[in-house]
Amino acid sequence: MLLQGNEAVAEGALRAGCRFFAGYPITPATEISEILSVRLPQVDGTFIQMEDEIASLGAVIGASLAGVKAMTATSGPGFSLMQENLGFAIIAEIPCVIVNVMRGGPSTGLPTFPAQGDVMQARWGTHGDHPIIVLSASTVRECYDMTIRAFNLSERFRIPVILLIDEVVAHMREKVVFFEDEKIEIFNRVKPTMPPEWYIPYEDTPSGVPPMANFGEGYRYHVTGLTHDIRGFPTSRPDEIGPFIARLHRKISSHFSEIQMAEFFLTEDAEMTIVAYGCVARSAKRAVIEAREKGYKVGLLKLLTLWPFMRNAIEKVLQTSKVLLVPEMNMGQISREVKRVNQGVAKVLTLNKVDGTIITPSEILSRMEEAL
Amino acid sequence: MPEITKLIHHYLRHDKKFPHVWCPGCGIGIMLGALIRAIDRIGYEKDEVVLVSGIGCSGRLPVYVDFNTLHTTHGRALTFATGIKLAKPQLKVIVIMGDGDAVAIGGNHFIHAARRNIDVTAIILNNSIYGMTGGQSSPTTPYGMKSTTTVYSNIEHAFKISELAVTAGAVFVGRGTVYHAKLLDSLMEKAFLKQGFSVVEVISHCHTQYGRQNRLGSAVEMMKWQRDNAIPVEQSLKMKPEELEGKILIGVLVDRDLPIYQEEYEKIRERAKASAERG
Repeated sequence: MLLQGNEAVAEGALRAGCRFFAGYPITPATEISEILSVRLPQVDGTFIQMEDEIASLGAVIGASLAGVKAMTATSGPGFSLMQENLGFAIIAEIPCVIVNVMRGGPSTGLPTFPAQGDVMQARWGTHGDHPIIVLSASTVRECYDMTIRAFNLSERFRIPVILLIDEVVAHMREKVVFFEDEKIEIFNRVKPTMPPEWYIPYEDTPSGVPPMANFGEGYRYHVTGLTHDIRGFPTSRPDEIGPFIARLHRKISSHFSEIQMAEFFLTEDAEMTIVAYGCVARSAKRAVIEAREKGYKVGLLKLLTLWPFMRNAIEKVLQTSKVLLVPEMNMGQISREVKRVNQGVAKVLTLNKVDGTIITPSEILSRMEEAL
Repeated sequence: MPEITKLIHHYLRHDKKFPHVWCPGCGIGIMLGALIRAIDRIGYEKDEVVLVSGIGCSGRLPVYVDFNTLHTTHGRALTFATGIKLAKPQLKVIVIMGDGDAVAIGGNHFIHAARRNIDVTAIILNNSIYGMTGGQSSPTTPYGMKSTTTVYSNIEHAFKISELAVTAGAVFVGRGTVYHAKLLDSLMEKAFLKQGFSVVEVISHCHTQYGRQNRLGSAVEMMKWQRDNAIPVEQSLKMKPEELEGKILIGVLVDRDLPIYQEEYEKIRERAKASAERG
C-alpha cells in the first residue's frame, strides 16, 4: 500500500482505538485532521475543529476523561499553544496523544520546510518539573506503529505521549506492507474494580499508575490541575506534595525498558556510530551502507524514543565506538544529551542544519570521512 | 431532618473538603445553593452530572460538590466540557466560570462554544474583579472604577456577558443576581433543561476586593445595590434607554431553538457511514 506519513498516523490512531480528535488547521500536520474528519464519523467517533490549539488539547483531555481515546495533531506554533494543557494532562494523569509534525522555527518560521527543532520543547515546554514520553518515526510504517505505541504507552502510564515527526516523513509517500495476520497489541487503561467508596483516585500502586475511573461510570471524584492529595483534592502539605511529584516521575523512570525503543544497525563492531532520528536517520542509514562499502566500520543507532532519553542505548554503542556523530536538523538538541551520557568517553561530533533542507547521505558521509 | 440539611448531606462533600476557601459574605455560596436546588428539583443522578470549572474563586466550587468534578486551566473549562459532552453525550455537563475566566482569557472559547451550540450550561459568576489574585480589573470592571491595577481609574469599558452570549448564538441566556436567589433557582433550572448552549450570568459582589477599593460597603450593602439596580427584562421594555443607564437587566434574555451540535454531528455520522458503504 502506498501511504503518506500523515495518513499512516491517522490509520494508526484508528487502529489503536482513537475515537476522538480535536484540532486546528496547521501546515504540515493538516492531513491528519482532514483524514480523521472523514474516517472518525464512519466508526462512531468524533472529529471537531476547535478555535485554536489550546481548545483542541482541552477537548482531547475532556474526551479522554469521559473514557474515549483521544488525540490531536499540530506543528510548532500550535504545539507552543498546547503547553498549558499538556501540563494539565501530566498532573491530572489523563492519557492522550499529541502529534507534532515539526517545521522550521522559531515562531511562524518555515511552514512547509522540515526541521527537528522541537525536541527540547517536547521535553521541557510545559512549566514545572515533569516526566514526559516522546516518540519519533523515520518511515511511514513507523508513523503507523509509533502512533499505536503512543496510545498504548499513554493508556498504560496515564500520561500524554508526544509523537514528534518531521515534515519530510509526514509528507513522504512510500510502500507500506500490512500483513493480515499481524498481531498488534492494544493496551487500554486499567479501570478501578473496587466499589466506588473504596476508590482512591490518585493512590500509589506498585507500578505508580493508579487505576483510572472514567467520568460517568459511578466513581465520582475530583480532577484538578492543582497539586493534589491521593483523593484528588488540592493540597499544600509538603508530606503530600513530595510523594505525589515523586510518584509522577517514578511511574516513568521505573519503566524505561517498556518505554524506550531504538534500532541498532551494524553497530556490533562499529568504531563510529551515528545517532539519529526522524528523516535524518534515513540519510544516516544510507551513509552507513556507503561507508561500509568503502571499508569503514560504522553503524547507526536510530532513536525511536526520544524522551526519556536512552542512556542505555548510548552506553551500548560506546562499548565499541570511539566516535559518535549526531546529525540533526537543529542546533544540537539531542547531541547535548549524547554528550551528557558520554561523559568524555568518546568523541561526540555534531552535524547541524537549520536552513530548511534535509541532511543528505553525502553530507553525513563526508563528515564521517573527516573524522575517520 | 430539615430540607436544607438533606441537600447539604446529599450533594456536598461535607466530610472531605470543608471549610471552604471563600470569604465570609461571598455570593458564590448563594450561587452554589441555587445550582444544587435546581439539580435536585430536576432529579439528575449525581453520577450523570459533571461540573467543570476554570481558575479563580469560582474555579474552586466543584471541589465541594459530590459530582464528577473537574478543575481545569484558566479560561479553558468550556473546551474540556466540549470534549466530555461529545465523548459521552448522556452526561449533564455544567461549567462554572468567573468573569475574568469566561470573557478575558476564555473569551474566545466562550463565543465559540455558543456559536457551535454545544449542549452544556455555562454559569458565570460576574463580580467585576479578579478576586483570588487580589483585586485586579477584569473585562467587566465598569469604566471609572478602581482596582489594584487601575488605581487611578479604569479607562476600559465593560463587557456585557449575557448580551455577548446572545450575539454569539446561545439558545438560552438568563441573568440574575445573588440578591434575587429565587430567580437564580429558576434560571438555572431552565438553563439545565434547555437543549443546547445555555448561559446563566450571576451578578455577585466582591466586597473584599472590589467593594473595599471602591468604598461600596459591606456585602449586605452591595447586595442592597443589586436589589435597587436590577430591572426585570419585562419591565425594561416599558422604560426609556436613559432610565436603564447603569441598571442590570435580570430574567430571561433569550430562549430560542437552534440546531444542537451533537444532533447535527449524528447526521454527519450517518452520512459518513453511508459514504463508506458506497466505497
